[in-house]
Amino acid sequence: MHTHTAMSPSVPLQEMIRAIRSARTQCEERGVIQRECAAIRAQFRQADNGGRSHNLAKLLYVHMLGYPAHFGQMECVRMIASPRYSEKRVGYLGAMMLLDEKQDASLLITNSIKNDLSHSNQYVQSLALCTLACMGSAEMCRDLAPEIDRLLRASNSYIKKKAALCAVHIVRKVHELGELFVPAARSLLSEKNHGVLHGAVVLIIELCEQNPETLERFRKTVPDLVQIMKGLVLSGYSPEHDVAGISDPFLQVRILRLLRILGRNNEGASDSMNDLLAQVATNTDSTKTVGNAVLYETVLTVLDIKSESGLRVLAVNILGRFLLNNDRNIRYIAMTSLQKIVGTDHNAVQRHRGTIVDCLKDQDASVKRRALELSLALVSASNIRSMMKELLLFLSSCPPELRAHAASGIFNAAERYAPSQRWHIDTMLHVLITAGGDVRDETVPNLIQLITNASELHCYTVHKLYRALLLDISQQSLVQVACWCIGEYGDLLLKGDCQETEPVQVTEDDALDALETVLQSHMSSPATRGFALTATMKLSTRITDNVDRIRSIVSIYGSCIDVELQQRAVEYNALFRKYDHMRAAVLERMPVIEKNSPGHTNGESTGEAVKDVPTAKMKQGEPLLLQQPANQVCDLLDLLGGSEETLQPGPAVDCLVSGLSVHAAGTAGGDLLDLLGGFEPAELSPAPQVLAYDKGGVTLTLSCEKQSDTGLTVTLTASNSSDSDLSSFTLQAAVPKSVQLHMKAPSGDSLPARGTAKVTQMVVLNNPNKVNLKMRVRVSYTRQGSPFQDTVQIDSFPGLDAAGQ
Amino acid sequence: MIRFMLMVNRQGQTRLSRYYQPVELSRRAQLEADVVRCCLSRRKDQCSFVDYKDFKLVYRQYAALYVVVGVTDNENELSVYELLHNFVEVLDKYFSRIMFNLDRVHIILDEMIQNGHVVETNKSRVLAPLTALDKMADG
Repeated sequence: MHTHTAMSPSVPLQEMIRAIRSARTQCEERGVIQRECAAIRAQFRQADNGGRSHNLAKLLYVHMLGYPAHFGQMECVRMIASPRYSEKRVGYLGAMMLLDEKQDASLLITNSIKNDLSHSNQYVQSLALCTLACMGSAEMCRDLAPEIDRLLRASNSYIKKKAALCAVHIVRKVHELGELFVPAARSLLSEKNHGVLHGAVVLIIELCEQNPETLERFRKTVPDLVQIMKGLVLSGYSPEHDVAGISDPFLQVRILRLLRILGRNNEGASDSMNDLLAQVATNTDSTKTVGNAVLYETVLTVLDIKSESGLRVLAVNILGRFLLNNDRNIRYIAMTSLQKIVGTDHNAVQRHRGTIVDCLKDQDASVKRRALELSLALVSASNIRSMMKELLLFLSSCPPELRAHAASGIFNAAERYAPSQRWHIDTMLHVLITAGGDVRDETVPNLIQLITNASELHCYTVHKLYRALLLDISQQSLVQVACWCIGEYGDLLLKGDCQETEPVQVTEDDALDALETVLQSHMSSPATRGFALTATMKLSTRITDNVDRIRSIVSIYGSCIDVELQQRAVEYNALFRKYDHMRAAVLERMPVIEKNSPGHTNGESTGEAVKDVPTAKMKQGEPLLLQQPANQVCDLLDLLGGSEETLQPGPAVDCLVSGLSVHAAGTAGGDLLDLLGGFEPAELSPAPQVLAYDKGGVTLTLSCEKQSDTGLTVTLTASNSSDSDLSSFTLQAAVPKSVQLHMKAPSGDSLPARGTAKVTQMVVLNNPNKVNLKMRVRVSYTRQGSPFQDTVQIDSFPGLDAAGQ
Repeated sequence: MIRFMLMVNRQGQTRLSRYYQPVELSRRAQLEADVVRCCLSRRKDQCSFVDYKDFKLVYRQYAALYVVVGVTDNENELSVYELLHNFVEVLDKYFSRIMFNLDRVHIILDEMIQNGHVVETNKSRVLAPLTALDKMADG
């Protein structure tokens, strides 16, 4: 099996490489390498035999393949000290690859490096420089820094350029030494040799990044840098530095980066570069990648410094052109850059929206991801319909790893800019149908809440969901919402007529069949089955003929293995048997669910009827919420036999009335709620706050306190969550004729941004005739120099019942 | 700055590796395997820049050889892309076919990239010391 004899010591590197490559298995390769290493080790122990550099080279190759080679470290040290160049060369290479400053052996080469730095042969000097730059420890750097500085000034360009980069390493290791190199770096800028210039620019960048004071000093070099750039851009063809028609693009890119660092946050420096940047942007040939590389760096610089707006627009247009480029690399980086500026230069980026949206269809996954993020950032109220079409199209064909992100982005956009409720519901349904498996958990309660709010769309929604359910019951979130709606609005489903969609006859059996299919299917998760069971139960009050069928379904599940389902079934069974007189009330249509806070699922929205009536603590409401129809609440009260006066529903204003309904339900339905257990009737907190007004970031909340039989103190609190300060903020109030009003002095008249301080004002009311209390409040303020006024009517006051008593 | 440079063939075997930011030996194999897998699995119509962990990969394919470079986030990817091409052109100029002599390649690499930054991009200047060395070796 082992056909190789011991290798002779002078076998060249190529032989060994060939031998290793011809090994057919990992095991065979390891065998070859072990033999080689043994031979090399033996060779190292022998005296100098002229083949040492070969052996070390072989060892380095073995090391590169991942095998241990630490026994070669001392050999490196020895070779570095050798007078022969070939041996020095391999020795230094070995040092760079095998040694780092943690190894003890690295200390031993310090002396060699020191000597070689002043060697007569420049190639030896360069070896030492290279190695020092690669693995020099802080000690070595401190020791040799003056030497490097000397080399920076007094040697030929070959050495200077290497010394410059060595200085970069030194400065990184020992920050304080930066000071030492500043003068040398400065003078290097007047060199003609591009290699040296390049090194100098890199060194200056490093110095500026380390120390802001140094950066200040180097700002004075901006004119010099501009000159150099001009020379590069405008000079004719120079064979030495030409790369595809551009003169030394690498140096250009480097200088542009330094200009960026110097111009950041500094008006003066930015001004002096303006012309140059415009020149580079317009004169650079963009047909080849090289040119585009320079243009890209220019764009990055323009966007980072304090450039004038014309230049910024030019930069964004270049990015726009990149988006149309055939080369996908260029499209990708254009997207990345646009992503960074979409916040600050939003309008400029909007102009390229069409191209960005087209990139959603690109083949490359990275480009698609960028396009998705950009598209979501560009959605606004004016383009929401067309953008959503594109986004939904994208969702149906997008790669699976982007689905969740796309779905949540679409939901956010829909929530912020939905032009109508029907559109909003349609969009959410579409997403659930396409990508239901990838949406977040709170989507289901959010959608349900949305649906309950759109009362005139209940019929349309339930029909649509029913149809979707018939087609496909695998998407859990969709199925859950559909079951909930069928349960809740089953009567509308069965009625059959609906203006929005074509009428379809749905019989009671059909609806129950659909729900039963969900209950029995393997694909339904336990939560979904819970939804379906509750929906079935709710239908018992909405249908007339098939109540027995429901009774039997419910009793079957009374012995279900799933504990949650079993518990529900047992409870519902009890509802049928012992509490049948309560059944209609318990399963009555739910009132509108209020959104307490983003992400809050508002208890279990699985239809546990009255248990879900929200608490009285009011939080910020959504502007899209409709005025809650008060008639629903009245039905509830009637059923419970309450003797409350009927509520006066006020005109639709930005005012939440639900606090009141909860209060009413709480007192009258006490026994019912006790029966179901666990629900606290809403207690009147001493001074409940109601949100009276919310527009443009300005919110107004009020709380009331009864002082006497007819007297009342209302406290108005205003705060400003927008990004601009408001001044001359005043409130005026008007009340019905017989009510007396006295406004106390406000706490202040300015509302700083982002809610850092509030303004409060007390209003004392006296209502001797005990009329229905209403108050109209006018809000006026000045925002950024322009005055603004608005009026809001308050019809109900927390802490009082409807009659204002 | 450039963190590392690799040349790998289609089978994933490393032909050349150079690290400008120290990486432990044990982790190198893992890193190289990961990176190579990433690049080899990309199709023709995908772009040459990949976001990998906290840095970027820029790669180019030349026949059966892939040249892969890992760069830090603030680097201009197009510029690095061009640099790779420049490097391969220099190699091409010196050797009749690539990878004939590994330590020579290292010398060329050192002439072009030092410490993770570009030193020299002019082909003749890069090769000048090498031709001088060759003369010295003969003499």
